[in-house]
Amino acid sequence: MTLSGALEVASCTDPGMVRSHNEDSIASDGNQGLVVLADGMGGYNAGEVASGMATTVIITELQQLLEKRVPYEIDVPSGQLVAHRLLHEQIAKANTSIYQAAQSQPQYAGMGTTLVVALFYDNKMTVAHIGDSRLYRLRGRELRQVTKDHSLLQEQIDSGVITPQQARQSQNKNLVTRALGIDPIVEAEIHDYETQPEDIYLLCSDGLCDMVSDDDIGLALQTLSSNLKLCAQHLVQTANDNGGRDNISVILVRVLRDYPAPRSIVGKMMGWFK
Amino acid sequence: MAKLILSMDGLVLKEIALTKERTTIGRKPHNDIQIDNLAVSGEHAVIVTILQDSFLEDLGSTNGTVVNGQPIKKHFLQNNDIIELGKYKLRYVNEAVAGQAKAADFEKTMVLRPGSVKAAIPAPAPSAAAAAPAAAPVAAAAAAGAKNFGDSVAGQSATAAPVAPPKPAAAPQKNGALQLLSGANAGKELDLTKPLTTLGKPGVQVAVITRRPQGFFITHVEGAIFPVVNGKILDAQAHSLNDHDVIELAGVKMEFFLKT
Repeated sequence: MTLSGALEVASCTDPGMVRSHNEDSIASDGNQGLVVLADGMGGYNAGEVASGMATTVIITELQQLLEKRVPYEIDVPSGQLVAHRLLHEQIAKANTSIYQAAQSQPQYAGMGTTLVVALFYDNKMTVAHIGDSRLYRLRGRELRQVTKDHSLLQEQIDSGVITPQQARQSQNKNLVTRALGIDPIVEAEIHDYETQPEDIYLLCSDGLCDMVSDDDIGLALQTLSSNLKLCAQHLVQTANDNGGRDNISVILVRVLRDYPAPRSIVGKMMGWFK
Repeated sequence: MAKLILSMDGLVLKEIALTKERTTIGRKPHNDIQIDNLAVSGEHAVIVTILQDSFLEDLGSTNGTVVNGQPIKKHFLQNNDIIELGKYKLRYVNEAVAGQAKAADFEKTMVLRPGSVKAAIPAPAPSAAAAAPAAAPVAAAAAAGAKNFGDSVAGQSATAAPVAPPKPAAAPQKNGALQLLSGANAGKELDLTKPLTTLGKPGVQVAVITRRPQGFFITHVEGAIFPVVNGKILDAQAHSLNDHDVIELAGVKMEFFLKT
């Protein structure tokens, strides 16, 4: 199934102003409705290795699987939506690859990565995430953070220890409570969302949202929505203008039109006999 | 590691490192910081430290706890905060903030893993859980990954990276504005106060002026025709604007100028 023409995708990644390496990785396939962003961590180049493995495994495997599997159908053995099943399996696969590399090669010891993946199908998207890379949605004039970080600060905010305003002054930034490749098993948080034409989705690493306020992100998405590539570059540039202390990656997805699943009786029958 | 400097009448009495998850302050001898003064309650206040962050909480003391002149019940301590208890002053110093060179290191993302390290932090007292419900389990999970990621400095020193990154939101000193030179609104002025200001007609020709620390820039956004500055057609790249540049866009001429 192809979504060709339904989505416009633009992206930009940059090492920032302070770091010499870019440990973020991004990958996308607009026709398959698939975008992946990972923010790696680990000494020397291990962070790049971890994030690169995550994006490569997930995008290449899902591209192949989506040729055969239909994301909005129910997976018979598990009773889950195929989209969820595929994401679960491929994230587990990426986790195992990174974990084994980290275990077997000393220079990769302890490497890991955050992850945010969005899969678009049937006027919906399924978002899976691990760690503090985020997905935001701009609908009309409202920017909303869709994912909730797996981080110490988010846990403190949730339990009322600190307020979101105080969190911006915390010294405990960048402490994630979940990451890919650190343990033999990882659980991604997976949710479904309805999409609408003209929605803009932003996937980003913490290098963007730590340096640029949500208000400025929202303004950029609204103002530059007609030129998505420029918008992505502008967001990275703003983070750099504000200090660029970490690697900065953004992927923007604009929904151009509806993309419902084929729902004709014949289509369904075909689905049953596959 | 954050610390407190206890002083009275400008005289430093001692320094206390905040190594424990709970550091108690009060008049009675069992407190971590004992201040033997009648203005201080038996159990006056407590500082809960979670990794690099410390929170001060008054324990219902008779005379209250004051931070930077304001009475507080609960307060998220920031570097150089002054805590006042009667005549005594406690200055909060967080070296993570003070040591700028180390700041970049702290930006490194690390993983917190529950139960992986016995921790420098002792098991939280039962009352800690009541004071900060989630803080206790979270703080018990220490940063095991930290060691593995500590060698980032090696790569960094190789570059000419600035030690202290530029301050955020450094707006240009001068304000910019546009004055329309032609069209129906000729003579009108438009202040460029926002980080982004779009000009033109959506669907026909749009350009954006970005306000950056280095100054103002114009960039083509959409349309087949590109903006013209001082008679020269721009390409897709951002173009730096100088005082009194003349911009032509969607058939309208306007002048960019800097305001003092």
